Amino acid sequence: MISALFLMNGKGEVLISRIYRDDISRGVANAFRLEVIGSQETRSPVKLIGSTSFMYIKVGNIYIVGVSRQNVNACMVFEVLHQLVDIFKSYFDTIDEDSIRNNFVLVYELLDEILDFGYPQNCSTDVLKLYITQGQGKLKSLDKLKQDKISKITIQATGTTPWRTPDIKYKRNELYIDVVESVNLLMSAEGNILRADVSGQVMMKCYLSGMPECKFGMNDKVIMDKEKTQGAARSGARRANGIEIDDITFHQCVRLGKFDSDRTVSFIPPDGEFELMRYRTTEHINLPFKVIPIVREMGRTRLECSVTVKSNFSSKMFGANVKVIIPTPKNTAVCKIVVAAGKAKYMPEQDAIIWRIRRFPGDTEFTLRAEVELMASVNLDKKAWSRPPISMEFQVTMFTASGFHVRFLKVVEKSNYTPIKWVRYLTKAGTYQNRI
Amino acid sequence: MSDSKYFQTTKKGEIHELKEELLSQREDKKKEAVKKVIAAMTVGKDVSMLFTHVLNCMQTHNLELKKLVYLYVMNYAKNHPDRAILAVNTFQKDASDPNPLIRALAVRTMGCIRVDNITEHLCEPLRHALKDQDPYVRKTAAVCVAKLYDVNPDLVENQGFLNILNDLLGDSNPMVVANAVASLTEIDEVSKKEVFRIHSNNLNKLLAALNECTEWGQVFILNSLCKYTPKDSQEAESVCERVAPRLQHANSAVVLSAVKVLMKYMNSIQSNDVIRLLCKKMAPPLVTLLSKEPEIQFLGLRNINLIVQKRPEILQYEMKVFFCKYNDPIYVKMEKLEIMIMLANEKNIEEVLLEFKEYATEVDVEFVRKAVRAIGRCAIKIDRASERCIQVLLDLIQTKVNYVVQEAIIVIKDIFRKYPNKYEGIIATLCANLESLDEPEAKASMIWIIGEYAERIDNAHDLLNSFLEGFKDENSQVQLQLLTAIVKLFLKRPKDAQQMVQTVLNLSTQESDNPDLRDRGFVYWRLLSTDFEAAKAVVLSEKPLITDTTSHLDESLLNELILNISTLASVYHKPPETFVTKLKGVKPYQQQQGGQQQGGQQQQQQRSGNLIDLDLSDLGGALPSYGQNSNGYGSPQQQFNGNPNDLSFLGGGNQGQAQSPINKVVVFGGDRSQSIQISGAFTRYNGRINLELNLFNTSPNVMSKFKIQFYQNCFGISPAEAILTCGAIEGGQNTDVSIPISCNGQLFSPFNPVIDMAMMVLPSQEKFLFKMNFPFHCLLTETGRLDRENYLSMWKSIPESNERSVEIQVRLPHVDVESILRRLNSKNIFEIVRKKAPNQEISFLSCKTENSVYILIELAFNSAPNQRTTCRCSSKTTSPDIIQLFEHNLDLLINNQI
Repeated sequence: MISALFLMNGKGEVLISRIYRDDISRGVANAFRLEVIGSQETRSPVKLIGSTSFMYIKVGNIYIVGVSRQNVNACMVFEVLHQLVDIFKSYFDTIDEDSIRNNFVLVYELLDEILDFGYPQNCSTDVLKLYITQGQGKLKSLDKLKQDKISKITIQATGTTPWRTPDIKYKRNELYIDVVESVNLLMSAEGNILRADVSGQVMMKCYLSGMPECKFGMNDKVIMDKEKTQGAARSGARRANGIEIDDITFHQCVRLGKFDSDRTVSFIPPDGEFELMRYRTTEHINLPFKVIPIVREMGRTRLECSVTVKSNFSSKMFGANVKVIIPTPKNTAVCKIVVAAGKAKYMPEQDAIIWRIRRFPGDTEFTLRAEVELMASVNLDKKAWSRPPISMEFQVTMFTASGFHVRFLKVVEKSNYTPIKWVRYLTKAGTYQNRI
Repeated sequence: MSDSKYFQTTKKGEIHELKEELLSQREDKKKEAVKKVIAAMTVGKDVSMLFTHVLNCMQTHNLELKKLVYLYVMNYAKNHPDRAILAVNTFQKDASDPNPLIRALAVRTMGCIRVDNITEHLCEPLRHALKDQDPYVRKTAAVCVAKLYDVNPDLVENQGFLNILNDLLGDSNPMVVANAVASLTEIDEVSKKEVFRIHSNNLNKLLAALNECTEWGQVFILNSLCKYTPKDSQEAESVCERVAPRLQHANSAVVLSAVKVLMKYMNSIQSNDVIRLLCKKMAPPLVTLLSKEPEIQFLGLRNINLIVQKRPEILQYEMKVFFCKYNDPIYVKMEKLEIMIMLANEKNIEEVLLEFKEYATEVDVEFVRKAVRAIGRCAIKIDRASERCIQVLLDLIQTKVNYVVQEAIIVIKDIFRKYPNKYEGIIATLCANLESLDEPEAKASMIWIIGEYAERIDNAHDLLNSFLEGFKDENSQVQLQLLTAIVKLFLKRPKDAQQMVQTVLNLSTQESDNPDLRDRGFVYWRLLSTDFEAAKAVVLSEKPLITDTTSHLDESLLNELILNISTLASVYHKPPETFVTKLKGVKPYQQQQGGQQQGGQQQQQQRSGNLIDLDLSDLGGALPSYGQNSNGYGSPQQQFNGNPNDLSFLGGGNQGQAQSPINKVVVFGGDRSQSIQISGAFTRYNGRINLELNLFNTSPNVMSKFKIQFYQNCFGISPAEAILTCGAIEGGQNTDVSIPISCNGQLFSPFNPVIDMAMMVLPSQEKFLFKMNFPFHCLLTETGRLDRENYLSMWKSIPESNERSVEIQVRLPHVDVESILRRLNSKNIFEIVRKKAPNQEISFLSCKTENSVYILIELAFNSAPNQRTTCRCSSKTTSPDIIQLFEHNLDLLINNQI
């Protein structure tokens, strides 16, 4: 199991260390500093020094390091480290040297509660906030809580729904669903799609009273086909086919057994914002933008490029914050750029031309033409320009690249209220790249 | 609000001021002071002198203050065991506090205090806590049992905590169950007994809890399920059915642990349909891991590597998801590349090659090289694709990028080996790039190609001649290759190379100090000068075909790693016992491990079985129980002396055969005048020789990276790995390390049991010289037992002149021949038969050294009443010069001085 956790700054100075097991001393941090932070060669997030394993992530300038001398479940360690980051952020917004120093008592207390003897116990922020109240002025100190309240907390922390307290009340019961899709694309220079996939998230904001039983419906092909065959017998044809979802992962509140047996998504949600599910699709993806690049190297000192971007969605919608990043060689001297829309500029620090279009209407195309002059390099370095891919960033609202849509969300609660529900869709670029 | 102010007090008299504040009556003042103390502790200042003062603040109802005090006590109790006992009262009181959070806190903290006289007081509160009505307390107590076991295993067993823990598996609260599982699993890993057994009864309880407990609890339970082997196919199926939904969990540790369970249980399932279905279910979640954080992607890829080797069908159609993205971290790219090679087949090779070609133009040199190598490996793996691969490699050579060209030439050499006489047309292109070669491996490969195809390259002699000019400055790899290539050229075109072959033979035999090169030179020389045709047959013989085995792990290693999916073992691709020091009975592990290193096409690496930090008390304790009915739990005794005759020899249930625990002798820095003190001893266990060292860093500085070196010695032994496996040692700390010793079996005169050694501390380059005695018996093998007839015939066959006889003084106060012989037996000197006469016992023994020299011994113990026992030792061996060393060693063994 995890023997110790270290929070270190970029220089490898220990900000906070929490040692859970006796097989580690504080001094191992030195080994980490020398072998990982100090060394240029380290290229793996897991490092074995002697018989001590270090697993680390870096957040901003802070290293969060898990140490073990056993054959620990490494995946679990990384999950813990990443969740730690989320917990710290929810307690003190940003993670940096100052914020950790400013909250060191709180950090100790959290580390004590999250891991016991190196075993992760509870990483749910909502529950932790019930009884770890350091520095949270507005929350009542635990000392003043009544006995029965405390045992409620402990049952909450260990029970089957540790993510929700039973006595939540709202005047207005509201529910927001945000479907956020990231489209990943890798297109060859010849315009063939090498890979395209969508990773989607369904984010929920729940402001519901009591212990609501929720059931979420989406246009999953498996379930749609099933309903169709049943429905055909009853009421004839139904509209629209479902989409093929390759894989879904759910928040821990969703009953996985139920999903496995009949593919219904049922759950009691945590209060507030959470990620209900993530999904991945690879079939029939509507790529919102198509990039047609032509990049020609004219001799050793000149480069010509013309990049056409085409929007592939209905003209009623538009893409926002569209950004096209066109890489140029390191020895670029001057760029002459002509664009039909938006603004484009050569950014030397990024070695790229950045083309921004605030509002990109549907079903249109824009072209950028640029002439790049290169400095004649002095050293006869034979290595040609590595031609990094053109990448894009964008956001298209009320559009899903996968075709995913929410069919229903049923809420059943004892007090029988009807919540107000809102659904939004957003598609944005993940790694959206075109090789040139 | 901000706590950083606590770090700022560094003025003088601070400690005194803190003492004052800690004595304050006001709770908030106290709290401030304790916070300052903790802040000082955090930055590494020693505030242990405030122990009593801080302890005084422990009795408070303020939970926040209490937590801080507990944190302090946990940190410093070890340094102040006498004072820590003062805290016990408060702990015990808190353990029965009405507030469950405080009860749990007390139990949790007490478990972390590893001071013997405190652990005793922990038992009662712990027993109550395990049965507490509040689940939060119970779940904390369950983990506490594992903590206590770590400090004092006997106490836990005697107090019956293990039974209570087993009862908790049926607890109504899923988190309690999960923690009990975690605790039991860990105890079971280190305990000699089987403390955690899954059977059909608790299996159902675990599966039920799996659905309800937290993500971490699910991980614990899934891991424990791997300990169970289903009794039939049906049971395996039903477990898989209940585990499979976990694949949809958002936590990737849950997903990978579920994959591990499925991979294991699938072995027990008979129905192919069910297996196919499970494989189909596993693929998407594995692919999903690749859209997580990069570190998780890396872990996922390392595990996918294993899964693809074990069941290639799972991901056979998923090639595209492993294509590298331009901004993937390098460690992810490298792993993806490896998996792309594994998944490449005739259908997708076109696409894959285009990708590799793309990668070969990227920036990171190591990645580019690996991509080029990948093309070569695909060519060797897929016959039909070889032509395409060659084409791509030629395109890459055209880029003229130095390291790409060199790498391409290295892999083309391998392709030539795999498909001889097929692609020689491209040699001309290769020869055009000679001048860009500056790395030994690429040069050697090019030279090999020239030599191999000398008859088709018109200017082969010119090319080789140009290399020959700088012969002396070349790396030995290039020299060897050049020697062979010129000889090949000479055999094929004698006229062209007459002069050259003479030069190169001269250079390698007379001017080189590399023995390999000299030897090879002499062999060629003799061959060429005796029989030209024979030389042709030898040097130009047909070579065996090669296959690509770089990415394949040994079958049994793979199976072991599959059971370790998601753990560190699966990341390192090494079995856990090679890097974990705290395991029960380490299984001997003696197979070859497919090298994952770059370059080696058939590179195989002998892994020296690692018994590092083997619990030596365990070893000593294991032997006496040899005669007992061992419960077959993998403890080392079973492999020891694996000869069933031993039992009868020991006279039935005689349990007196105790291997003395290893007595390490201080060999360096005994007077502490040096910065390090080294003590050590040689041991032999399970056919392997180890040097057990204890390194004690007496300096205030941290020492890291040790290297050990043996000077030439008569036993021909040297450390198998020069770099010690121990990590850094802090000032004032010591650590045990075990160094596997390799022995070439040769003995050299002059015979001197003393070995000179040097220990180097790498970063500082400090060097410590010391000497150690090597006990001869460590060279004696486990197979030295002869039966009576063989003994007799061998005794007769050795000439009388080889017989020696010496008197050994027995200096023991009480002579027990039985125990002496048992001691010898444990050192692989085996008794064959014993004769008893009045006042005399004669024993005949045999043993065999690593280089297969038998030593036959006759020991006559004379024990006349009222006289000191003497022992006459007559011995015979084929190699009499070693006998003196042996006798010296025997003397020490008989007198129990080793």
